[in-house]
Amino acid sequence: MYGLAFDVAHLLAGSMVVASFVLLYQDRITGVLNVFAVQAIILAFAVAFQAWFQAAPHLYVTALIALIVKGVVIPLALHRIVRELGIHREIEKVVGVGLTMLLGLALTALAVLVVLPVTGGAGRIGREDLAFALAVILLGLLMMITRRNAVTQVVGFMSLENGLVLAATGAKGMPLVVEISTAFSILIAFIVFGIFLFRIRERFDTVDVHALERFRGD
Amino acid sequence: MRLLLELLAQGVQMFLVLLTAPLLLGWTRKVRARLLRRQGPDLLQPYRDLWRLLCKEPVLAENASWLFRVAPYAVFTTVWIAAALVPTYATGLLFNWATDLIALVAFLGFARFALALAGMDVGTAFGGIGSSREMMIASLAEPAMLLVVFTVALLAGSTQLSAIAEFMLREPVGLRVSLGLALVALLMVAIAENARIPVDNPTTHLELTMVHEAMVLEYSGRHLALIEAAASLKLVAYLSLVACLFFPFGMVPTGSSPIFYPLGILAWIVKMTVLGTALATFETAIAKMRVFRVPEFLGGALVLGFLGTLLLFVSRVL
Repeated sequence: MYGLAFDVAHLLAGSMVVASFVLLYQDRITGVLNVFAVQAIILAFAVAFQAWFQAAPHLYVTALIALIVKGVVIPLALHRIVRELGIHREIEKVVGVGLTMLLGLALTALAVLVVLPVTGGAGRIGREDLAFALAVILLGLLMMITRRNAVTQVVGFMSLENGLVLAATGAKGMPLVVEISTAFSILIAFIVFGIFLFRIRERFDTVDVHALERFRGD
Repeated sequence: MRLLLELLAQGVQMFLVLLTAPLLLGWTRKVRARLLRRQGPDLLQPYRDLWRLLCKEPVLAENASWLFRVAPYAVFTTVWIAAALVPTYATGLLFNWATDLIALVAFLGFARFALALAGMDVGTAFGGIGSSREMMIASLAEPAMLLVVFTVALLAGSTQLSAIAEFMLREPVGLRVSLGLALVALLMVAIAENARIPVDNPTTHLELTMVHEAMVLEYSGRHLALIEAAASLKLVAYLSLVACLFFPFGMVPTGSSPIFYPLGILAWIVKMTVLGTALATFETAIAKMRVFRVPEFLGGALVLGFLGTLLLFVSRVL
């Protein structure tokens, strides 16, 4: 029984890492948004599985929040923003896909090598979840660095947060209050991002953040 | 007597792959044509093509060296050995100790090397461009293939194909995300290596997109027949590999009576039909990539293979 439970947790957490890689690889904006939604849905399943495994019913609420907010509402809102900005057909020039993927692989290996020795005392499923969660977080950061488009940077940030939730549910005993407040802060961050996107566009006629670098504040 | 029977079983395997290879090619062409609402050529057409080519005398360029003449035989032999080494219907055959995955990669790599040299031998521009592209694809596909090999070998504890197949048949493997990743990576490598859409179009004669066809453009007659036969054998080898590693159901395990061999052969034929149909469906549904996108495609296979190994490592360490 324990073996199968580990396999399921492994499958779900591993799929989240794979989804992170697809996010890094994908250069169509609508594609990025769809993959992000898929990752959030996998996260919801992973959290729900943890809820069942740890017999912690409050985690079901977390899973539901992940499913509704991050799996449905935010991707739909982002789709709408992208369409209103008129960049839904845009193909982003990711600088050096090969290099990014190699960096991503190195980061994943790093996450595994760092987490596994440190967490010697914890249970198998928790350790494995933590390792993959750290990988997802690092990949989200990498995505934020390598992308030029503000919308895909937002997606990188949200995917990073997916990793945080995975880590938090893997470790036993996270109170629901923390979870709800993170969910709300994410929603607020999302609204701020949305406003910023439109402000950037108004000002520079583009959402390419490189335009901001040249801006001297006049 | 026993040795004779075992030799016979091994011989059946060798000639089974050789004789069914053009049929598989014909089947994929037929399915593809039907999906495009065309009638499509007869299932036996590849055999007729091979026979026609075998009857013709080869035309050699004036400056063709011995290499150009030897290459088709070398390619055909090595690919045939590779295809015959992959267990198709049974795991307990006589030469199964030799069916090492790394040896298999080496055989196929040698065939590709010989063909690429031959492509450059005559000195035409097309041959050169075909060879250089083929090597570019190979330099990315081979590491991905080896990562798949590592994943499977880590899991089964052996690089011997028959041992892996037995392991998969025997052990309750359960939900393994790394195996799924390895399967996808292997399929991507197989598509690239066999010059199928989206990496290369096996039926094209448009100069800009040719890879494999450009390399063998100078060949004719029985040389071309050998190369075409080798190409179809390679497809069988890869599909058998996929079937043997990931879908070993119906294979006759070591030590059972030879009476079950026909059943194993039947299962193998069913698997080949299903995989061939899937390949043709996939090819119809997708457009060919630009050559410069191929590294990204194969880079994806590489990443998947690496992730598979990594995930397996994690579940092993814990």
